[in-house]
Amino acid sequence: MSEAAAIQAGPQEGVGGLVDDWSSDKQAYHVPWGKAMMWIFLVSDTFIFTCFLTGYLNVRLTTTEPWPLQSEIFALSIGGSDPIPLILIAIMTFILITSSGTMALAVNMGYRKDKIKTFWFICATAAFGASFVGMQAFEWTKLIVDEGIRPWGNPFGAAQFGSVFFMITGFHGLHVTGGVIYLLWVAFRVKRGYYDDKGYEIVEIAGLYWHFVDLVWVFIFAFFYLL
Amino acid sequence: MSAEAGQQHPLGIYYKIWTLLFVLSGFSYAVDFFEVQGAMRWTLVLLFMALKAGFITAIFMHVVWERLALVLTILGPPIVLLLLIAFMAIEGNYTENARFTYMGHDRDAVALTPGDLHGDGHGEEAAH
Repeated sequence: MSEAAAIQAGPQEGVGGLVDDWSSDKQAYHVPWGKAMMWIFLVSDTFIFTCFLTGYLNVRLTTTEPWPLQSEIFALSIGGSDPIPLILIAIMTFILITSSGTMALAVNMGYRKDKIKTFWFICATAAFGASFVGMQAFEWTKLIVDEGIRPWGNPFGAAQFGSVFFMITGFHGLHVTGGVIYLLWVAFRVKRGYYDDKGYEIVEIAGLYWHFVDLVWVFIFAFFYLL
Repeated sequence: MSAEAGQQHPLGIYYKIWTLLFVLSGFSYAVDFFEVQGAMRWTLVLLFMALKAGFITAIFMHVVWERLALVLTILGPPIVLLLLIAFMAIEGNYTENARFTYMGHDRDAVALTPGDLHGDGHGEEAAH
């Protein structure tokens, strides 16, 4: 009878709810399965990126060659000005944050079942993401062609700079590229009304992935470019 | 909190967090732009980074509204990564010291800049 009462009252909150959820027979997470799976994927992806960043920490500490000065290498002159330190990276950071905001709005509009606004907010997010990848391609080209930075060495200092740079920003860029494709796919399904019956959780799930990509960039921006 | 209703929240909170993320990113960039160095640079960069990461995870990814079972699944495992980071930092420092002490590497070597190589004088300018 207490069981029936508990079902009536809905799931418990807090630590009691945690024990109930993890010891339940049928289902541990009271979220759509796609969302639980996306979170588990993101946790595993966290491990991948942390391993990359920890590898970077280790090679940067162990190398006795001086580490190239990021704010000099990533400086860019605009319209013939003196090079402005890290300006392109700052613009890329702002673009990714803008895209995170439009994605949050898309999720919100999705739950309001406003298909048109959801579609356009997701498209805006994908467009910002695509421009991010474009700027990254520009940055890579500049570093490879103008500065002669290679994964195995560079003219400025520690050879590991190039390996770490290409591996980490490359892997992040792949995530952004994959995210843009994923978002466009979801956007067109939203527009066609595919989720009217299934529910709009999928927009939130796609949003989780996109925010994660932004989250990883927060760490890359701090550890690779600023410190 | 109820999962059945989905994660539906007022728009205002998204706008506030969005603005805050812009401001924090601006602060991060300002740290580099005004060439804050040393312990202050580390403190500020890590503080702004942690705040940004926290707000994105908590609000944009809705973790603050999820049930504890899911929150611990998300935030629990990555905590062991702190141990990995600590071990690698200790190990890295040790290796570097050994190389300086026993292998004759130069402690005072300075990195070159694009300005040094292209000879346009920007390397010197940036030194001020």
